[in-house]
Order: sequence, then structure tokens, then C-alpha cells
Amino acid sequence: MRRRVTIDPITRLEGHGKIDIFLDEQGQVERAYFQVPELRGFEKFAEGRPAEEMPQITSRICGVCPTAHHMASTKALDALYQVTPPPAARKIRELVYSTFMTEDHALHFYFLGGPDFVVGPTAPAAERNVLGVIARVGLEVGQRVIAMRRRLRELIALVGGKAVHPVLGLPGGVARRLTPQDQARFQEVAGEAVEFARFTLKLFQDVVLKNSDYVALIRDDAFTHRTYYMGLVDNRNRVNFYDGRIRVTSPEGRELTTFAAADYLDYVAEHVEPWSYVKFCYLKPVGWKGFVDGPDSGIYCVAPLARLNAADGMATPLAQEAYEEFYATLGGKPVHHTLANHWARVIELLYAAERMRELANDPEIIDPVVRTLPTATPRAGVGVVEAPRGTLFHHYETDERGVIQRANLIVATQNNAARIAMSVEKAAKGVLSGRELSEGLLNMVEMAFRAYDPCHACATHSLPGSMPLVLRLRDRQGNVLGLLRRDHDGRVHRT
Amino acid sequence: MADAPQTGKPKVAFYWCASCGGCEEAVVDLAEAILEVVGAVDIAFWPVALDFKRRDVEAMEDGSLAASFINGAVRTTEQAEMAQLLRQKSKLVIAFGACAHLGGIPGLANLWDRESIFRRVYLESPSTDNPDGVLPQVRYEDDGRPLTLPGFFDTVRTLDQVVPVDYYLPGCPPTPNIILQAVRALLRGELPARGSVLAPDQALCEECPRKDSKPERLGLVEFKRPHQVLVDEGTCLLAQGLLCLGPATRAGCGALCVKGNMPCSGCFGPTSRVRDYGGKALSALASIVASNAGEEIVRIFQQIPDPTGTLYRYSLPASLLRRRREVRAA
Repeated sequence: MRRRVTIDPITRLEGHGKIDIFLDEQGQVERAYFQVPELRGFEKFAEGRPAEEMPQITSRICGVCPTAHHMASTKALDALYQVTPPPAARKIRELVYSTFMTEDHALHFYFLGGPDFVVGPTAPAAERNVLGVIARVGLEVGQRVIAMRRRLRELIALVGGKAVHPVLGLPGGVARRLTPQDQARFQEVAGEAVEFARFTLKLFQDVVLKNSDYVALIRDDAFTHRTYYMGLVDNRNRVNFYDGRIRVTSPEGRELTTFAAADYLDYVAEHVEPWSYVKFCYLKPVGWKGFVDGPDSGIYCVAPLARLNAADGMATPLAQEAYEEFYATLGGKPVHHTLANHWARVIELLYAAERMRELANDPEIIDPVVRTLPTATPRAGVGVVEAPRGTLFHHYETDERGVIQRANLIVATQNNAARIAMSVEKAAKGVLSGRELSEGLLNMVEMAFRAYDPCHACATHSLPGSMPLVLRLRDRQGNVLGLLRRDHDGRVHRT
Repeated sequence: MADAPQTGKPKVAFYWCASCGGCEEAVVDLAEAILEVVGAVDIAFWPVALDFKRRDVEAMEDGSLAASFINGAVRTTEQAEMAQLLRQKSKLVIAFGACAHLGGIPGLANLWDRESIFRRVYLESPSTDNPDGVLPQVRYEDDGRPLTLPGFFDTVRTLDQVVPVDYYLPGCPPTPNIILQAVRALLRGELPARGSVLAPDQALCEECPRKDSKPERLGLVEFKRPHQVLVDEGTCLLAQGLLCLGPATRAGCGALCVKGNMPCSGCFGPTSRVRDYGGKALSALASIVASNAGEEIVRIFQQIPDPTGTLYRYSLPASLLRRRREVRAA
């Protein structure tokens, strides 16, 4: 008899999700579904709102990465009003963004993903969390993590008013300049952040890389997919979180394309499945071929591992060193192992902290000119940043008053949705098949999505309608005779 | 399945409905004080941080949780079920944050109906390629494997429109200081009357650092939008013609947005003396416009491009309006 196992809700991620696993009589996994059971509706209810409010409205897509939505939205407004921020404003934005990336990556490592490694993948559920991490690494380390994060978030609030849902972004600049006293605070904390990132990298090396079981797990085929990779790069093809061109590399590691944010519709498309509220992104030039990997499938990956794979290196020295060690250890580029995302995330943590330090030390950052007032009539604009969880697109069209007529958003986790669904299924097949199911083994299936640090608060910004229904009519042999479909408006179709 | 620790400390749950995770972040932003909280309570359910599942909650005795802190508006059948389940298991239910309290920004979806939202997202969005018109299904059978998704309500609701709520923590998100005060009051059994909002019952202007520069009579002749002007960092934002909602909004955040040199957008909602936040905000604005002439008043108010979305930014589902009704031709 076929068995079904449901993991609900999936835990240690942002937003809602559930996993349905179907096993056959022999206990082999037939199929596993990674489902996202929630949606909200931002693309529709953005219509009618003043464009300059979008950085604050869309930050409510996600309170974990509000700064990412805030920045992508603010950059879309620059494009919409055809205005270039003064140099200090651009640097303040990137400084705040680097501060945010540092704290957000630290949050994932210590609170969300890290417990699987530091406490252990099959440790009791009651211990497999940040409190368990603190118990293992010591209260002193725990307090260091908490204090570092608090100080980083205080800096975001210093410039952005609030740490959750900041308010600094305006078309053509930022709301508030940086004083020399502010700069001194950034300099002090940035120095500590670099040390903290180095400490975290060392912790990762000691806990994970020195444990042969974990290294084998990272390299395990059950956690490996050969897909395309996407990420923003600077003019030397190095990882950049705030600005640049979008580069896509193939499963063999070759460049497929680079493109500007404004051209995203030529490269990115979204596919709909009836069993999840999330849409699945794919590369338009390659096409949707289903949930399969390899060069013929348009499925791609974003976020830390993908960014490293899509770039030629890191723009700061310590992160570059770590980048080289990463590829030397895992057998060259590209790395296709999903769990390597955790290591890549810590390398990015180091880059974010180093970039924060560079910008904090830039004398121009306290220049009082932080706004260019827009004069052009707004029409349309696209803004892109690298959110912690991957490439984030905001696209707005307005009337001549700057009131939103149309909005389109492709968020980080949506880019990853197809690969996450494949990863969960492959992990379920690799880990569960033929074994006595336990809570610990099921957690190892959850580790497959957790590596991506998915955010379903983000991925479910859009909202579908009522309660449509599909019935497949079959004969005794299971052949489909017809399809009965009730649409969102209640109409029933038979095909 | 793992059991919650048996320590005799009060058990609490945190759960999210239609929300962004910002309320969870606000809890993590308790920083060092979070150690005080986890020392005093057992967190028996908190999906963002702990691995307990729904069936662990279902296995609890009714009323065995001292309190459930629920954030987010109620958008889906699953969220309504979880709110009911946690209500059953809890002595106290606290609506945590603007979405649970008033509907929040996801509540702006009540300006449309399901169908128009659906059409935009799955059929009309420029990046969506869906030639067969496939739509997510509440029940779907994939090669004999039954799959389900939660259903969607037509209207976004506040938490107290779904289950009885004992207390409210306002804000998008609530600030760590008001969270900590509430948790301490809860632990000491020093809570105010049921139904209270756990924040100061006065207008934000009272705690605004620019309070002294607010003129006795504002006498506005125009409203300006923040991107159109260079905003002075020291002067009352209303006095500069910016639509700051401080006079209509409850205090408690410490005027964070104003400190970021941007106007208050009203996330803490109204004080206890106000029934409808947007109505109160409109009345406050009407009283500070300089003109008494009808045409001139209309001209000034036309400078606000989106009155509904601005004045009901966080509170449409809790308002007297609740939603816009779509009227269709037969």
C-alpha cells in the first residue's frame, strides 16, 4: 500500500511551507512535493499607490529582508524618474545594504541553518535550534552573536529609522545624510564585523569541514543538482549585492549571458503548477522542461552558491581568499552541492563585512548632498539587487503623477523555487527510501530546502483567487478519461 | 516525536499568519533580553526558529499554553484553523503587530476582489508564461497522488474577526521595548483590562523629537510628497507640508520613521478613543488645512494621490469600510 508522510509546517525558514512525501509498498519514495500554502497580493494592491511609497510598502513583503525589497524598490524609482543619486547617497545605500547583508547572513547561519550542523542533523527537535547552538558553542559565543547582530541593526536604524522596514530610500537619493559621528560608529562596528565574519568562517571550518560525515553529506548526490546559476556582478565579474549586471553561467561553468536589469523580461519567465501557490522561474532562452536539471533545462539557481558560481571572484581580499579555498576543496567550479550554500553564505558574510568597512572609511560618504530631486515625468522603471536569498526584481509602471498602474515582482525564492522542489524530492529519495522513517531523517529532507534560506514570505507576495478544483476522471486501469475543472470564478469546464 | 521541555515554566507559542516575518525579527531584536525571555518561558511552538510541528500543538491539552502570540492577518483557511487551534490551547491570545491588530499592509488587498488579483498574478503578469491557464488548486490529483492547498478567503481579516483576542501589541512591527514590557507584565500577572492595546494611549506627536517645532496653527495650503522636496531634518514634518500621521497615531515606537527623516505612516493605529483610524486621520488633516473655501479645500486635498491607501495603510480590514465591493455589470 502506498504511504504518505507530511511534514507540516516545515520549520526554521521564513514563511510557510509543507512537504508531502509518497512512498510505495517497498518504502521507496515515489515522489515528494514541496508546497507553498500561502499568498498575499502585493502586485495587485500596489496599483493606485504613490510610487514613492513603494519602498515602504514592498518592504512588508518580507520583514526578514525588508532592506532588500526597500533597495530594489528605491532603485526602480531611480529608473522610473530617470534620476541618478549623488555619490554619497549611492554609497550610503550600499553601506546600509552591506550592514544588512552581514546581519541577515549571520541570522541564517546561527539561527536557521546552522543548528543542523552545530547541533547535528538528527539531534532531538527540542535541541536543534539557536538555543542548542548556544549550548554547544558556549554562552559567550552566543552573546557575541547576539551583540554583533544588535549593533548591526542599530546602524540600520540609525540611517533608516527602523531596522525592520527602514525608510531611507527615495528616488534620487536617501532621506537622511550621514554625519561624521555616524560615520565613526559605522567604522567601529565594521571593524568588529570583519572579525566576527572571520570567526564565523573559522567556526564553520572547525565544525563542518573537519567532520568527515558532514563533508560527505555536502558531497552526497542526494543533495546535488546541475543547473544554471544567476547573480549580479560588477564590471570585473565579481560578486556584488547592490548593483551591476546580471550574469548567468551554465552547469558546465560557462557564461550563458549577462544582461541589464531593465531587460529581465527577455531572460526570466515564470511557470505555474496546480499544486503550489509559488510560481517557478526558468531561463526564457532555454525554456521550461519540467523539474529536471542539466543544460537543456532552463531551471536556475540564485543565492550564495549561485552568486559565487556566476561570478569570477570576490571584490574584497579576505573573501577572495575564502572563495579560492572553497573551490579548491570542493573540486573546482562550478560547485553543484546544495549544502555548500552554507559555506558560500559565510564567505559572503565576510565579503559584506569587508565591503561595509570599505564604505565606512570612504571620506565621501559624509558629503551632505544626498538627494537629486526628480524632474522628469515618470513612466516605467526596473530595479534589481541581490537579496540574501538571491536576485530580486522590482518593475513598476506609473501614470504621469507617479501613481502605480502595474507592478511586477520576481523575488529571490521564486527564482529558486524549481530547484528547491527538485532538491527536496531528491533528498527524500536519497535519505528515506527503504529506511525506517524517523524525525531525524525527515529533518534531513528539510535540510535540502534550508540550505537555500528560502523565504516564502517573499515568494508568496502574490495572491491567487478562490478555491478552484480539478478532477481527473479515470477508468479502472487509471487512464485519464477527462478533466473537470472549476475555475476561480466558479465556472466548471470539462475537457 | 520530540516533546516540549517539561520545566514547569509557562508555555508560550508564536505563530504567523499572512505576515512578512518582521514580527519574528522584532522578537529576535530583543537581542540580549531574549535570553531573559527564554529563561522565563518555554517556547512550545515557533516555526521560524524551532522544529515543533502542528501535531505537537494538536497533542497539547486545551488551555495548556499560557499565551499565544499570533501575528499576521487572516488570509487563508489554514491561518484561520491555526488561529482557532492556538485559541483552544491558550489561556491568552495576543494579536501581535499591525497585521493581526488591524489587517496591516496585506489588508490593502481588500481594495480588490479575489478574481482580479488572481488574473493579474497567474494570467496577466508580463513574466508569467501560462498558455493553458493553469491555476493553483485547493485539491489536485497528480498521478493518483492527492495534494491539497489551503483555500483563500475573499476578504483579509484581522485576528479578532476570526477568534477572540485578549490583548493587542501594535506596530509594524511592534518595537522590542513594547514587546518586552508586555512579556514582563504577562509574567508578573500585571496586565490591564482585557481588550487593551499594550502601548501608550496618546498621540505620537507627544513623543516626537520635533514636537517643539510644531506650530500652534499649521495652516497648510498644500501637501507635498517626500520625493518632491528636500526635507529639513529638525522641523515638524507637517509644518513642512508633508503628510505625517503622527497626530492620529498611537505613540510607543519612539517616532522611528521621523528620526529617519520621513513622515509617520500610522502603523501603531489609533488610540483607544478612536473607532476608525482613517476617519480620525482625515479629520486631523481637515483641521490643519488653511482654507475654508470649498474649491480651495478640494484643490489642496487633491494633492494627496491615494487617500484610501494612505489613511488606511495598515487598517483597512479593521475599518468601518473593511473592503471595497466590486460591482459588476450583469
